[in-house]
Amino acid sequence: MAEKKLRQIAIYGKGGIGKSTTTQNTVAGLAALGSKVLIIGCDPKADSTRLILHAKAQTTVMDKVRELGTVEDLELSDVLKEGYGGVKCVESGGPEPGVGCAGRGVITAINFCEEEGAYTDDLDFVFYDVLGDVVCGGFAMPIRENKAEEIYIVVSGEMMAMYAANNICKGIVKYASSGSVRLAGLICNSRNTDREADLIEALAERLGTQMIHFVPRDNQVQRAELRRMTVIEYSPEHQQAEEYRQLAQKIAENKKLVIPTPLEIEELEELLMEFGIMAPDDESVVGKAENA
Amino acid sequence: MYQPGDKDPKVKPEVAGLSKEKAANLIEETLELYPEKARKKRAPHLAANDPEDKGCAVRSNKKTVPGVMSARGCAYAGAKGVVWGPIRDMVHISHGPVGCGWYSWGTRRNLTTGVPGVSSFSGMQFTSDFQEKDIVYGGDKKLEKICREVTDLFPLAKGVSVLSECPVGLIGDDINAVAKKMAGELEMPVIPCNCEGFRGVSQSLGHHISNDSIRDHVIGTREFAEEAGPYDIALIGDYNIGGDIWAAVKVLEEIGLNVKAQWTGDGQIEHIAATHKVKLNLIHCYRSMNYMCKVMEEKYGIPWLEFNFFGPTKIKESLRAIAERFDDRIRDNVEKVIASYEPKMQAVIDEYRPRLEGKKVMIFVGGLRPRHTIGAYEDLGLVCVGSGYEFAHTDDYDRTYPEMPKGSLVFDDASEMELERFAREIKPDLVASGIKEKYVFQKMGLPFRQMHSWDYSGPYHAYEGFEVFARDIDMAINSPTWNLVKSPF
Repeated sequence: MAEKKLRQIAIYGKGGIGKSTTTQNTVAGLAALGSKVLIIGCDPKADSTRLILHAKAQTTVMDKVRELGTVEDLELSDVLKEGYGGVKCVESGGPEPGVGCAGRGVITAINFCEEEGAYTDDLDFVFYDVLGDVVCGGFAMPIRENKAEEIYIVVSGEMMAMYAANNICKGIVKYASSGSVRLAGLICNSRNTDREADLIEALAERLGTQMIHFVPRDNQVQRAELRRMTVIEYSPEHQQAEEYRQLAQKIAENKKLVIPTPLEIEELEELLMEFGIMAPDDESVVGKAENA
Repeated sequence: MYQPGDKDPKVKPEVAGLSKEKAANLIEETLELYPEKARKKRAPHLAANDPEDKGCAVRSNKKTVPGVMSARGCAYAGAKGVVWGPIRDMVHISHGPVGCGWYSWGTRRNLTTGVPGVSSFSGMQFTSDFQEKDIVYGGDKKLEKICREVTDLFPLAKGVSVLSECPVGLIGDDINAVAKKMAGELEMPVIPCNCEGFRGVSQSLGHHISNDSIRDHVIGTREFAEEAGPYDIALIGDYNIGGDIWAAVKVLEEIGLNVKAQWTGDGQIEHIAATHKVKLNLIHCYRSMNYMCKVMEEKYGIPWLEFNFFGPTKIKESLRAIAERFDDRIRDNVEKVIASYEPKMQAVIDEYRPRLEGKKVMIFVGGLRPRHTIGAYEDLGLVCVGSGYEFAHTDDYDRTYPEMPKGSLVFDDASEMELERFAREIKPDLVASGIKEKYVFQKMGLPFRQMHSWDYSGPYHAYEGFEVFARDIDMAINSPTWNLVKSPF
């Protein structure tokens, strides 16, 4: 039997776009397909694993480090929990906004997981769910050498979400040139904007990638979240669960890994105008207040 | 006294064997050893001295060329090692991981009075010893805790200085807010100093930042207990290395001045805080403390005067210049004091000068020494064949050229390679530099004095210091040891 290759996947996207929800539902889908998965939450808010663990907030690596004084005294079993479908969960944790260094928290947590052997041989996937804004080196940790090689960007048909996706692609280009990280696709988490699927398809094409799946908006996701569950676990028969299973299946089979071709800001704006998201610039109104 | 802008009346006599052309050639040959980019960067930092030609100045206070071995320190070193560290009745916290505090512990030999751990804390090492959790969550709360521990453990401590190491600046910890809060809670000065090592090109910026923190948090916050008098002065820029400031204060008191505050050798924070009440600031190390002298001049109208207490010639000149700022009483005292020390100084010179006459010294240190010590060497008959600073600015070099003979070498932020090359060619009889250079030259069979901390000796300041200085220089140069070492050239 050929040796199983661990696939490491990082999920990026604009803040609030639904990365954690999409990640956990997708991972639940993979688990339902029989895959072994580890989720590493790379966000001080530590909400990347609550739907898998049915927990309000998992004890994070940095919580324990703070409690014990040093990372050396920490045991993997203190911070690695198993939830739905045997999915293993770790949260990096970190400070509240405005103090300390959250980026260093991510680095500390990932180094700890590696050194303590969290990446066991039986795993098929590791998912890194990363804070929306890659503000410093710490949040690029998951895509450094020998870590995630596949990146999915969660996006919607809203202008700022696409700006963010394009910016993330610029970051990927930087790391792709020095390592093996590649863009694997855009996941459209629908906000029900006009011609959303077409727009994201077009954006994906310009970026040299694919829209791997269009996840429709459905309140069943919220109903499941209220119970701290994924849709897959809460209502496996529901259509939305099927959507996530399809996404999981596509990711499992995806071979299309590319170095993205990010757009210049003018190109991106042209695209938005083409789809009527943005009106052509009217220089006469720029900087003028409504009642001026 | 030489003041910037003045033309020095005494032009140094020519020294046999030194010429501008020879020095320029040596610089040229040395620069050829560098790759092109480095050569281009280093060239403006080296010059053949000509006291009469202001055009041959060196460039200074620029980033060190990457890859060369530099003797420079960092902003934290300038803040902790130079300005804050010697204040004896405060606790100085090296805020960050343990290394910076540990490796800077006790390296400057700033001697103090007081009882260690009771009324003197300069000999102790305090650090917040950052761990991963402090980087990730910030060290603010830990800093508060340390401040409270300081008052519990050392109730006689008169204040705390918080000296930032690099990570504190990187993670953006707000030490200023913590310091303000704790100063209120503990009812004593808690002074933040944002002297992260990555700031600036050398320790020099650390001096400036420290001066600024004294300006913002210390000066004018206390008054002296005694009535103000006409002879009240502060002694600025003497760090009491090997007891320097005690020797200096002794002489200043003998001429009738009251030294109300010592900045910062064996210093006390409450005296420093009341310095705005003195009549004159006397500054020895211009580089590290000129900033506060200028602040006190502008804000409180206190004049300041540079002086030089190395060697009897410069001491005499300086005492007379100081006397000019006071009345006949001080002028009379100065002449009496000079006369009273003259026989002793002559005896020192008579003893050592015959053995040191014509010997060549090459100097590479920091602060004030590359120019201020030249007079003391000359009193002993030595000739300065080269001098340079680790972290000087243009105003330091302007004060240096007139002190050095024509055709001597001036080198700014010299690399080990340059110094070694110069030494091989000009064959000095003594190299006066720092600990990083010491063994290079000793292995070349050259007498060496470690002139950052007076090579575990001192004091070297004032009359008392000159006796020690003369003995040490003689011991270094005329020790029979060096005849047993085979020099490679």
